[in-house]
Amino acid sequence: MNTNEHVIEVTDLRRVYGGEFEAVRGVTFAVGRGEVFALLGTNGAGKTSTVELLEGLAPPAGGRVRVLGHDPYTERAALRPRIGVMLQEGGFSSELTVAETVRMWAGFTSGARPVDEALAMVGLAGRADVRIKQLSGGEKRRLDLTLALLGRPEVLFLDEPTTGLDAEGRKETWELVRGLRDTGTTVLLTTHYLEEAEGLADRLAILHAGRIAASGTPAEVTASQPSRISFELPDGYLPGDLPPLAPLGITGHDVEGRMLRLRTNELQRAATGLLVWAERSGVELRGLDVRQGSLEEAFLRIARDVAVSGAAEAEKEVAA
Amino acid sequence: MSTRTIAESPAPERTTVTGARRMAALARAEVTLLGRSKGTLFTAACVPLVLPLSVRSAFDEADLKAAGLTSGDVMLPAGFGFSLVFAVYAALTGIYVARREELVLKRLRTGELRDTEILVGAALPAVVLGLAQCLLLAVGCALLLDVGAPAAPHLAVAGLLFGVVLCAAAGAVTASFSRSAESAQVTGLPFMFLSLMGSGIAVPLEMLPDRLASFCELLPLSPAITLLRGGWTGDLGAYEALGAVATALAWAVIAVFAVRRWFRWEPRH
Repeated sequence: MNTNEHVIEVTDLRRVYGGEFEAVRGVTFAVGRGEVFALLGTNGAGKTSTVELLEGLAPPAGGRVRVLGHDPYTERAALRPRIGVMLQEGGFSSELTVAETVRMWAGFTSGARPVDEALAMVGLAGRADVRIKQLSGGEKRRLDLTLALLGRPEVLFLDEPTTGLDAEGRKETWELVRGLRDTGTTVLLTTHYLEEAEGLADRLAILHAGRIAASGTPAEVTASQPSRISFELPDGYLPGDLPPLAPLGITGHDVEGRMLRLRTNELQRAATGLLVWAERSGVELRGLDVRQGSLEEAFLRIARDVAVSGAAEAEKEVAA
Repeated sequence: MSTRTIAESPAPERTTVTGARRMAALARAEVTLLGRSKGTLFTAACVPLVLPLSVRSAFDEADLKAAGLTSGDVMLPAGFGFSLVFAVYAALTGIYVARREELVLKRLRTGELRDTEILVGAALPAVVLGLAQCLLLAVGCALLLDVGAPAAPHLAVAGLLFGVVLCAAAGAVTASFSRSAESAQVTGLPFMFLSLMGSGIAVPLEMLPDRLASFCELLPLSPAITLLRGGWTGDLGAYEALGAVATALAWAVIAVFAVRRWFRWEPRH
């Protein structure tokens, strides 16, 4: 992004629950004005714990946070009128109607948009007189979003803004976020949807077990991932019978049964070398799969580092 | 991207909302919610107006005369006490727990309301309801029991003020130790029982053994009730009044400290 201001600055941030569990273990990043920054990670990676510190809901156990130059915890009053927050889970009185809820928020939000405009913005105009308890999960998310946008904030924190939305609702939210960025709003969002981070974020960080495992633009993070070539070893061949791998630009390999997986940062050179060798040797590489590194690959590889049970959950979420 | 940090970039010009307006917006929504919560409304509005009558019938005129009390002496503190305990304390305990468990308090803290404004704004409807009942009772007693206007209004006002503040703060503290709206009905019992029995609400302190009575004078709501009663009868000496004010102040300080120390804004994980 073409910015020279850091609207959010996070340095070596730590958060500890109950004096024991360290949910955030030294996170550092910065977000420029007008940027959309995504914190990507599986459940339990520390996304919400991090965002809550940026929102000033709790003091950090260590490290430093600055939002628009303020400490969000000790200088809450100065910061609040300039930021918008959407928590992971609503926080509405189920017996109030949609309009009553927005009206209440407008009553304590500086420079609040008119209630009708706020509801129309997220397509809830027709639901104004419905009690919160009768809203669908997606409608609650949209109500939450409009409250975050009510005061035309400079910085917007969105914790899993599209979880529970259907495909159409998700797209509408993305359009809304893009529109906000175009008007100069800085957005920090968390998500466990790869597609969302890839399509929406100018830059992203993949969180894992309270640390940043990878960060940069989606293209940079993808480029840092090795490409992969896998195939079945031909009958009678051992890995040692292949041509020397290092000169082909192959940086590593592992064997699982008869399947051989190679990693490389120079996909074309490695694949060409391998295929030329196969052609000359007259062998067929069954199950050949050549794959460019991707964000999904990066995410899965990082998630796989979790203990077995956690990893299974992570896979499911990526699939979802 | 260079790393220039925004120092104190000025906020864009916009109308800033005052604390009073912020609390009014929250209180307005709470009034709506109170109207829709039949259980809370019944506890807060009906119980305190009915119970004092049972106290009245529980005491024999002869017993009261023997203790040097009139029925007004008994009815007014009982009425005010029940209003404070049910309309303010019990209702607020439930309201704070419900708002916390629905994550409303956490969500509100992401907005411009200060912590104190959230607590006060959410309490306002219940407090106003409690005060309205007290007024109704005072008028009712004046007309029906020939009690008359308060002889020392400043003491009555002070007592009412302390009573409201202590009951609201006690409600917030009790809410912090209650996991759900249901369990709040149990966690609230000790304070309710102690106050009704020991603070001169259901039983005038004169009817208790001396030793017990002097201990009961130190309970949280006792000074408020003493001041209220003294405000009407006018027979509270300056020395006793000062003592009651000092006790009430001490409890107010403890209550504010307890809320700051223990109030929970989010459900337990």
